[in-house]
Amino acid sequence: MQNKGKIITGLVIFIALFTFPFIYRMGKAAPAPDVVLTPKALAAKQCVRSTDYMTAEHMQLLDIWREKVVREGQRLYVTTDGRAFNMSLSNTCLDCHSNKAEFCDRCHDYASVKPYCWECHIDNPKGEKQ
Amino acid sequence: MKSSRRSFLKIAGLAAAGLGTGPVLRSWAAGGGAPAPKIMNNAEALEAKRWAMVIDTRRFHSADDLQPMIDVCHSIHNVPHLKDHHHEIKWIWSEPFGNAFPEREHEFMTEKLHHLPFLVLCNHCENPPCVRACPTKATFKRPDGIVLMDFHRCIGCRFCMAACPYGARSFNFRDPRPFITHTNLAFPTRTKGVVEKCNFCAERLAVGQIPACVEVSDGALTFGDLDDPASQVRHVLKENFTIRRKQGLGTGPGVYYIV
Repeated sequence: MQNKGKIITGLVIFIALFTFPFIYRMGKAAPAPDVVLTPKALAAKQCVRSTDYMTAEHMQLLDIWREKVVREGQRLYVTTDGRAFNMSLSNTCLDCHSNKAEFCDRCHDYASVKPYCWECHIDNPKGEKQ
Repeated sequence: MKSSRRSFLKIAGLAAAGLGTGPVLRSWAAGGGAPAPKIMNNAEALEAKRWAMVIDTRRFHSADDLQPMIDVCHSIHNVPHLKDHHHEIKWIWSEPFGNAFPEREHEFMTEKLHHLPFLVLCNHCENPPCVRACPTKATFKRPDGIVLMDFHRCIGCRFCMAACPYGARSFNFRDPRPFITHTNLAFPTRTKGVVEKCNFCAERLAVGQIPACVEVSDGALTFGDLDDPASQVRHVLKENFTIRRKQGLGTGPGVYYIV
């Protein structure tokens, strides 16, 4: 094998560079953010689905809500325990979770997702002073 | 053991059937468990087979008479007010007779029609050309006849604007938010790059209210189900001579004018 030295050196440099970000941050993972529940959300105890479901699947739930409201005009969501909700991101979700900065944004920033809901949907539906 | 091709295939088939039943049985078992949340219409929602509107133009004498309807619509729907008419957004507005009914205008028309402004809006056509033109199905016709937009899916190609013969659609060339004077916090705004138009107050019908322009019109506008012979629109249509905009195009507009 010709140029063995160069190839191996090159490979070592490549692997070192490629894995540098992982090695550099090893053991220093950013802690998962603490989301803050408003007193109203705490008092309600249970969201429209279980907390686990909402944490993991709220985007799917919102997608279904959007489809049902916009396409089919169905706006009422009745939970398994019989509570009824108007399917509205601004008027229902943000009614309890009125602290978007400490609730939505913290997790979204941590997960590096940038949902553009708020370009149209109003993020402060009660018009409270921030 | 010597096995023939036939017996091998038999065993393979049985095995495949056996593997396939597992997931089915498991999903049946899971389905019988917790009840799922239900999604339904509001009990008070207004429903119809074909929503339509009748505008009694005899009741309007100047642009000022039309302004309350335009103002209420644009304020509850967060329609921005842009001064540059190239960027203008309108859901309901006024047009001179010749622009609203070009094929009916002629040189010797009654003097009054030359000055009278006509209230125009999306016609919620029976056969809407904008729906055919939309490449993403962002614009669609509901079973109750309302031609609605799904802003989530609009890519801003403006084919619908080219297709609409009534100019009922506006494009957001800029972010509309800075140009909304009083934001209705219960209703979303739009974003830069989407088309918008009148939605026949679909969000109000869903909670049992008639469209806002009809509500403030003091009876000059009538709204109801065209498919119901007992409805108020049918009554008004029976009693009066009405015209529709550009009827010859075959779009089947749902807004009628008493002139």
